[in-house]
Amino acid sequence: MALRPQLKFLSAELLERIVAEARDILCRLGTKVQNPRVLEMLAEHGAKVDFEKSQVLYTNSLLDRCLKSVPAQFKLYDVLGNETHDFSGSKIHFTPGSAALHVLDHQTQKIRKPDTTDYVRYVQLLSGLSHIASQSTAFIPADVAERVSDSYRLFLSLLYGEKPVVTGTFTIESFQVMRDMQLAVRGGEKELRAKPLTVFSCCPTSPLKWSEITSQNVVDCGASGIPVEFISMPLSGFMAPVTLVGTLVQHTAETLSGIVISQINSPGAPVLYGGSPAVFDMRYETTPMGAVETQMIDCACNEIGKYLGLPTQAYISLSDAKMLDAQAGSETAMGATLAALSGINNISGPGMLDFESCQSLEKLVLDNEICGMTLRLVQGIEPREDFPARPIFEELLREQHLLISPHTRRHLKSEHYFPGPVIDRANLSRWREEGSLTLGQRAHQEVERLVGAWSPSRLAAERKKELCALMEKEARRWGMDMLPARPVEA
Amino acid sequence: MEILKKIAQCLEVGDDAGVPPLVRQALAEGIVAKTILDDGLIAGMNTVGEKFRVHEIFLPDVLLAAKAMYAGMDVLKPLLLSAGVSSRGRVVIGSVQGDLHDIGKNLVGIMLKGAGFEVIDLGNDVAAEKFVAAAKSHDACVIGMSALLTTTMPVMKEVVDLLNKENLSGKIKTIIGGAPVSQNYAGEIGADAYGYDCAQAVAGVKKLAAAVP
Ligand code: B1M
Repeated sequence: MALRPQLKFLSAELLERIVAEARDILCRLGTKVQNPRVLEMLAEHGAKVDFEKSQVLYTNSLLDRCLKSVPAQFKLYDVLGNETHDFSGSKIHFTPGSAALHVLDHQTQKIRKPDTTDYVRYVQLLSGLSHIASQSTAFIPADVAERVSDSYRLFLSLLYGEKPVVTGTFTIESFQVMRDMQLAVRGGEKELRAKPLTVFSCCPTSPLKWSEITSQNVVDCGASGIPVEFISMPLSGFMAPVTLVGTLVQHTAETLSGIVISQINSPGAPVLYGGSPAVFDMRYETTPMGAVETQMIDCACNEIGKYLGLPTQAYISLSDAKMLDAQAGSETAMGATLAALSGINNISGPGMLDFESCQSLEKLVLDNEICGMTLRLVQGIEPREDFPARPIFEELLREQHLLISPHTRRHLKSEHYFPGPVIDRANLSRWREEGSLTLGQRAHQEVERLVGAWSPSRLAAERKKELCALMEKEARRWGMDMLPARPVEA
Repeated sequence: MEILKKIAQCLEVGDDAGVPPLVRQALAEGIVAKTILDDGLIAGMNTVGEKFRVHEIFLPDVLLAAKAMYAGMDVLKPLLLSAGVSSRGRVVIGSVQGDLHDIGKNLVGIMLKGAGFEVIDLGNDVAAEKFVAAAKSHDACVIGMSALLTTTMPVMKEVVDLLNKENLSGKIKTIIGGAPVSQNYAGEIGADAYGYDCAQAVAGVKKLAAAVP
């Protein structure tokens, strides 16, 4: 077995201290939970609840009970029911950054609002990106009523793509239809529970607060067996202590409180110990996701999640750049590498620019290659048929090369990962002969190729029909008589 | 006047304990409250704002300066009131209904206070009617709205429409901000101004407040 290269930031002592301090915060300061139903559940399960102030004090025994019932691992399955994700140990899976407001338009190089055609192209593209294991509802088509913008993304993803989906709702009401769509794909409640199809992002609000919407989402997901990823977002120096350790204490407390909300109502409900913590840039008033300190916090959160026995998630392989430029590549690659080495199970970010606000199809194909490299990286260095070493060297000296050696042919594809066509490895003359294309141009060509190569999802026609009926009904509920035209048949 | 310069400098280094004695000294020297406010406190805040813009200082320095400014204002307020000098104006702010994002809105609020406005912060998840009712009851000249979700942006238009319906749009101006909105969107819904960061928000509110009769 190869040694799994593993990155660590926290000593055992520091990690235990952070968790102990987070528990102390929860037991003595507690969190706000602005949801009367959830407050009642918490009170029933032994938390000390001040209903008037919506304030909850947790107890160590409640925390222990919930940490005991939360699963150490779970799996995801695609639209067809095939296993695609094993969230366990240090296994890593990439997913595009979710819920962007904008897309970067390759033709105009302008950041603009996306529409249905952009979204369908995104799903088509993602179907062909082999190192990005799931879809996310990556951006918000602006050509539908705002109130359906969360459910509409999931609808298009399930209609056109086969990969499972990382998503989330913006309201309490949207949950129902987003669950019904999954039931339509799976065929029933039991089937969905047995084979989860989506992960819902649910955010506490720093510092130490759960809103009515997001706490309700956690409860609703748990009741339906839909996995949740907690996205706590302490901002160091602003909504959290400026120190990385202080931020980690806060993230731990917020995420532990989420685990409690999830487990009291549905013990055993699958969750990812996740987050999108960031440092706060005191010059620009922004939340840089490409900052090295942001990425260090993400990796350390993963260590804490693993210590607590949970599978993990983080928003880490993305960039704050506004164009597909060197900053975009370097921040994303640094994040992806650190995340992979840390063993974060669900790595969110590919495609994303501008502080989680802008998706780029061209960046997705670049990032897919970055993901490919990091997936290779974590396989580490493993002796295959290398010992004793003498025979292969005898062959090399005899033949003067090993290009056609059986040893080469047996191990070439597993030992070497071949990125491209975005990562350029041509020599100068060939690069010139092929048009001296920039990275952006190569990425765009690949986008067009993969969109063109897409074939419709193999989901049964009647299930697609049911999805359409659900979406049309939801759209009518919010005043839209017709959904926008879609560029291709699903 | 040397003393006013000193007040401004005190602000620039965020010395909130140092400001009140200097303000009192200026008053003792016979300088009127309005002059101390304009040429001491606000002048100091303007320098701080500019230094922040070019990254000579960072956000915490600005907030410390704002704190020093409040300390000076506490001394001046009763005098300004009795002299009939009103504050720069009252601003009602909030994150719109359905939106829980409030970090940007909070920052904008702090900066507006630092610039001498009275700020009534309605928090997050604020309905259109509540914005308008609060602006009326507090006699505010500006409503400032923040939205971070595409789903919640329409509430901004509801506020603008409601003000129009109640014939208040001449008396109460609107400014909007947050990641999904833009100058264009402000134009589209008929909001009076847009700000992409705190400094822009303050500049926008100043202009609007000055335009309200
Ligand atoms: C009055 O006049 C003015 C003038 C200027 C004004 C102004 C008003 N208001 C703002 N400004 C301007 O000045 C400020 C200072 O410079 C600036 O304010 P900003 O707020 O822009 O800047 C702040 C200082 C720092 N920036 C921020 O605070 C926002 C950063 C991002 C990453 C963000 C954060 C931090 C959070 N979030 Co959320 N969040 C994102 C954001 C992505 C982004 N880059 O914007 C965004 C907005 N969130 C999103 C989502 C989806 C969500 N979030 C949610 C929750 C959260 C947290 C709780 C984790 C946290 C908010 C904590 C809080 N107390 O506010 C959920 C919201 C639930 C709800 N109903 O509101 C949830 C729905 C996720 C979920 N499924 O639970 C996305 C929006 C998607 C969309 N298309 O609408 C998003 C783009 C990130 C993403 N890609 O997922 C300017 O815009």
